[in-house]
Amino acid sequence: MSARQLHTTAPRRNALWVAAMVHRISGLALACFLPLHFLTLGLALQGEARLDSTLRWMDNPLFKIGETMLVFLLAVHMLGGLRVLLIENMPWREGQKDLALAALAIAACVAFAFLVGAV
Amino acid sequence: MNVRLYVLQRATAAIMAPLVIGHLIVIFYATSRGLSAGDILGRTRGSVGWGLFYGVFVLAVAIHGAIGLRGILAEWTPLKSKGALDALMWLFGLTLAALGLRAVMAVVL
Amino acid sequence: MTGMIEVSLWRGKADGRYQTYQVPQRANQTVLDVVTWVQRNADPTLSYRFACRVGMCGSCAMTVNGRPRWTCRTHTSKVIEDGKLEIGPLANLPVIKDLAADLTRFFEKWQRAKGVFAPSKTRKDPIERISPASAPRIAADAAIECINCAVCYAACDTVRWNEDYLGPAALNRAWTLVNDVKDAGNKTRLAAIAEAGGCHACHSHQSCQEHCPNKLNPTASIAGLKRRTMQAYIKGEL
Repeated sequence: MSARQLHTTAPRRNALWVAAMVHRISGLALACFLPLHFLTLGLALQGEARLDSTLRWMDNPLFKIGETMLVFLLAVHMLGGLRVLLIENMPWREGQKDLALAALAIAACVAFAFLVGAV
Repeated sequence: MNVRLYVLQRATAAIMAPLVIGHLIVIFYATSRGLSAGDILGRTRGSVGWGLFYGVFVLAVAIHGAIGLRGILAEWTPLKSKGALDALMWLFGLTLAALGLRAVMAVVL
Repeated sequence: MTGMIEVSLWRGKADGRYQTYQVPQRANQTVLDVVTWVQRNADPTLSYRFACRVGMCGSCAMTVNGRPRWTCRTHTSKVIEDGKLEIGPLANLPVIKDLAADLTRFFEKWQRAKGVFAPSKTRKDPIERISPASAPRIAADAAIECINCAVCYAACDTVRWNEDYLGPAALNRAWTLVNDVKDAGNKTRLAAIAEAGGCHACHSHQSCQEHCPNKLNPTASIAGLKRRTMQAYIKGEL
């Protein structure tokens, strides 16, 4: 391999690039989850018992972990989105890396609180 | 993304920020006492308030998610034609809106 | 400081490869000095671009150890890693040969973003007095010191992902003119940057700000453009 790929890693060494990735991936994951969420709730059309049996089937540690992930994704996407709205609609504010880190930390706390409360 | 899609995406984001907080509170409240269909439907059946809350939420997320997905497809997949991107955006948005409104109807009516 | 630096330089076009040279290390030596040393002492066929050597002309930007930099103002002592320097042409642009990137598209995008002053007066009119303390002038001044070096363009992943994207430099220039009260081209300018590939493609990664050698903040300029175009759109002016 004499021809090494001509590239730059510069953008990816930037914490705010990582923040944008977290925002994008969390949004994508939520978009994939939502149809399933809606279909589950739609089971109520077939009566309360049908929905209830599905909710009971989901009442196990595996789903709890999945739900905790979803709470994290929802919180981190919302807080990251608020940061973007702040950048775009308010006078410029330095310290965006700190804000992005705060969004991540708060979302993690919210998800942890959910896990603790749900167990 | 042109200015029209941008305004729609940011406007739906701004609408959803408080709705997400409300939804998170509901999630914490509902799961703390164990999820049951009876609890959920007891809250929502016949409630105009919850119907509006989740109806607006569903429409906003359908618009917001469809535009977001269009951006990801445009940047990360070989799909570059505007027609194909728009078609997928509409397909995803309408599907999400239909499924979401159906779910809202299922728990409210 | 003495000793040798192991310098890898990109040779050829896009399908080229890195070739290694031993270059003596000197005090206060810049990356451009290293490249020039290779051309004068090791291989006169090496192609690269520079002009002013003092950080004003914006010609000499290259990728240095993975980061786009202005090579004439970058001391080797600051960027050498393990005694090594890897120098390539700027990313996100076609390679002409060796270290020279083709900036045609970069400058075409300045044109597309209407980064050209549109006069509102003729030479017969008296010169308009602009207070340096006025808010629009302060906003214009904040973004005006761009030297067109394309470092921000090479550092931006949105440029890599979206070939229509005008990029940080062109939009930063557009923002300067949007704030210039002597300019009369804002109607067409805002329309041009409200299209797909305009300011709304920006994800605020802030890599442009992180890498700008003149410490400009194109992300803030682009955020300003997003507000202006949004206002114009809501008023039905676009």
